[in-house]
Amino acid sequence: MGSVLTKNWKQYVTLESLLLVFALLYPLFPLFDLAGEAAGLQLHLDQRLVTIFIYGILVVALNVQVGYAGLLQLGIAAFFGIGAMATGVMTVDKYPFHFGFWGALLCAPFIAAVAGTVIGAPTLRLRGDYLAIVTIGFGEVLRTVLINLENITDGPRGLNPVPDVWIPSWLRDFAGGGDAGEANLLVMYYTALLVLVAAVVVLKVIETTRVGRAFVALREDELAAACMGLDPGRIKLMAFAGGAALSGLAGCLYATNLTTTADPTNYDFNNSVMVLCCLIIGGLGSLRGALLGAAMLIGFDNVLSPLLDRAIQVAVGDASHPLARFSSWRWFLFGFALIFMMRLRPEGLFPARRVAAELHEEPEEA
Amino acid sequence: MLDTLAQQLLLGLTNGMVFALIALGYTMVYGILEFINFAHGDVFMLSGFFALTLVSVLGLQDAQGFSLFAQLGLVLVLASAFGAVVNLLIDRLVYKPLRKAPKLAPLVSAIGVSFVLQNIGLIWGAMPLDVFGGGGQPAAPKSFPALLPTTNLLGNSAITLQLKDVLVIGASLAVMTVLYLLVTRTKLGMAMRATAQDPQAARLMGIDVDRVVAATFLVGGGLAGFAAVVYALYINTVYYQMGYQNGLYAFTAAVVGGIGNIPGAVLGGLLLGLVRAFSDQFIGAQWQPAVLFGILIVLLVFRPSGLLGSTAREKV
Repeated sequence: MGSVLTKNWKQYVTLESLLLVFALLYPLFPLFDLAGEAAGLQLHLDQRLVTIFIYGILVVALNVQVGYAGLLQLGIAAFFGIGAMATGVMTVDKYPFHFGFWGALLCAPFIAAVAGTVIGAPTLRLRGDYLAIVTIGFGEVLRTVLINLENITDGPRGLNPVPDVWIPSWLRDFAGGGDAGEANLLVMYYTALLVLVAAVVVLKVIETTRVGRAFVALREDELAAACMGLDPGRIKLMAFAGGAALSGLAGCLYATNLTTTADPTNYDFNNSVMVLCCLIIGGLGSLRGALLGAAMLIGFDNVLSPLLDRAIQVAVGDASHPLARFSSWRWFLFGFALIFMMRLRPEGLFPARRVAAELHEEPEEA
Repeated sequence: MLDTLAQQLLLGLTNGMVFALIALGYTMVYGILEFINFAHGDVFMLSGFFALTLVSVLGLQDAQGFSLFAQLGLVLVLASAFGAVVNLLIDRLVYKPLRKAPKLAPLVSAIGVSFVLQNIGLIWGAMPLDVFGGGGQPAAPKSFPALLPTTNLLGNSAITLQLKDVLVIGASLAVMTVLYLLVTRTKLGMAMRATAQDPQAARLMGIDVDRVVAATFLVGGGLAGFAAVVYALYINTVYYQMGYQNGLYAFTAAVVGGIGNIPGAVLGGLLLGLVRAFSDQFIGAQWQPAVLFGILIVLLVFRPSGLLGSTAREKV
C-alpha cells in the first residue's frame, strides 16, 4: 500500500490542486494582506478572491456553451443579471417572497435556465455568427428593460439589501470570533469557493458522460453528430440552458456579495466580453483554462490594476488626469491580448488537449 | 399630428441614411468573407474624431460661405480616406493571417480590434484641443460644431427642414449611386460580385481574390468615414463609444435587408432609421435599444435571410 502512495503522490501535485489548497487556507493565513498592511496598502485580497470565484463560475458557465458546444454566446452577462435580479426579487423586503439566501441559490439558476431555454429554443438553429448577434441583442434588450422598469428593479441603485448567506448563529459566532463583518466575509468566501468547486466537479463528471461527449461531437461536426443519432437541437439547448443556469448561480452569489442587485450596467456587453476574454485566454473547452483565465484576468482587474494605479500615482505625483489612471488603458491590453492569442495560440494558455490538437491539425489535401 | 408624422419621417430618413452607409461596410465584407467585422463601428467612430480634429486644424468653425463648403468637402474626402486606410490596415495586419483559421478566430480578433480602437478613441479625446474641451475629460462626448446654417428652408412651416438634412440625404444618395455604379459597371465590381458568389471559382477565373478583399475593406472603411462626418454634422457630437451602438444598429440594418445584399443594406438602414424615429416619438427614446434589438431577434428567428436576401445557408 505504501508503495502505491509513494509512487503516485506526485500526480496530485498539480497547479489546480495547489491553487485549491491556497484558496482554502488563505483566509486563515492572509499573508498578502498582512504584508500589504505592513507596506501601507489595503489589499483585501480575501474580498477580491470572492469576486474571482464568482467570475470563475461565470467563465466555467460560458465554457459549457462556447467551449464544449461551440455556441458563440456574447451575452452571458444577461443571464448573470437575471440570476442577480431573481435573487433580489426573492429576498429583499420590497417583495413578499423572503426566500433567504439558500432559497435564492436554488431558484436563481432555475429562472436563468428558463430564460435561456426561452431565448435559446428559437435561436439556436441559427448559424454561428447570427447566434452571436442575437445574444448581444438579448443582452441589450435586457439591460434597457432593467434600466427602464425602475419601479420593479430600483434602477441604478439596484434592489437592496440582499441578505447575507444564512448559517446557524453558533457557526457564525465561531467563524467571526464575534466580529460580524469578519464572519460575513468568511462565510461568503467559503460559500463562493464551495459553489465554484462543486460546479467544476460536476462539469468534470459531465465531460466524460454521454451528454458531455455529445456537446463536443456537435461542436466538431453537426452533420456527422446528427447522423450518429444525436438530436442537435436538443443538445444545443441543453448546453445553452445549462450554461445559463450556472450563470444564474453566479449572479445569485454576486448580488449576495454586493448585498444589492447593483446598477444594470454591470450586466452589459462589456462584462460579457470580459468573461469571453477570460475563457479564450485561458483555453476554450478546458475547465482548467477557464479557471486560470478567470484568476488571471479578473485578478488582474481587481488586484493588480489598483496596485498599478497606486504605483502611477506615486510616480507621477499628480494623478488627477484621467489618462494617469491605468483603467484608461486597460482595453488596449485586453484587445491586444485577444488579437495575439488568436494569432499565436488560439487554443489558449491552458488548452484542452483535444482543442489544441484540432487547431494545429494540418489541413487535409484536397 | 400630420406635421409630427412628416417631421419624424424626415428624421427617420436622415438617420437611416447614416445607418445605411455603415451597414454597407458590414454587408460588403460579409458578402465576401462571411465574417462580421465587429470593429467596423469603431472605424466609424475614429473617423469622427479625425474629422473633428480636421475641423479644429482648418479652423472650420469660423469659415463662411464658399470656403466653408470647400473645406467641408475636403473634410469629407479626407475622413473617408482615413476610414478606408484604417480599415485596410486592420484587415492586412489582423484578419488576413486568419483567413484559413476556424471562424471563431477572426470574430474574436475583431472584438479585440474593436477594444483597441475604442481605447485609441479615448486617448484621442484627451488631445489638448479646444474642440475636445481641452482634453481633460477624454470619455465625455465632444461637441462637433454646428457648421451649417440652421434656418428652416421651408420658411415658417411647422416642419423643419434644415440645410443639413438636405445635405445628409443628398450626399448619401450620391455616394450610394457611385457605389452602385462601381459594383455593377466596373471590372472591380464584377470581380467583387464573383468573389462573393464563389471565391474558389473566382480564383480559378483569374481574379486576384486578395485584391478584391482589400478593395472591399477600402470601400467599406471609406463609407464608414463618410458616414462619420455626416453623422457628426447631423448629431453634432462624437464620443469614443459611438461606434458600438451605431455599429450594432447598422449591423441590424444589414441583417434586416439580407446580409451580403447591397441594396438590402440601404433598404434596411432606411427602415431601421424610420422605426427608430417613430419609436422614439411614440414609445420613448429610453426604449430605443429594446425596440430595435427586439426587431432584430424576431427577424432573425422568423426570416434569417432578411427582406431581400436569398436563403443563406452556412457554407460547409
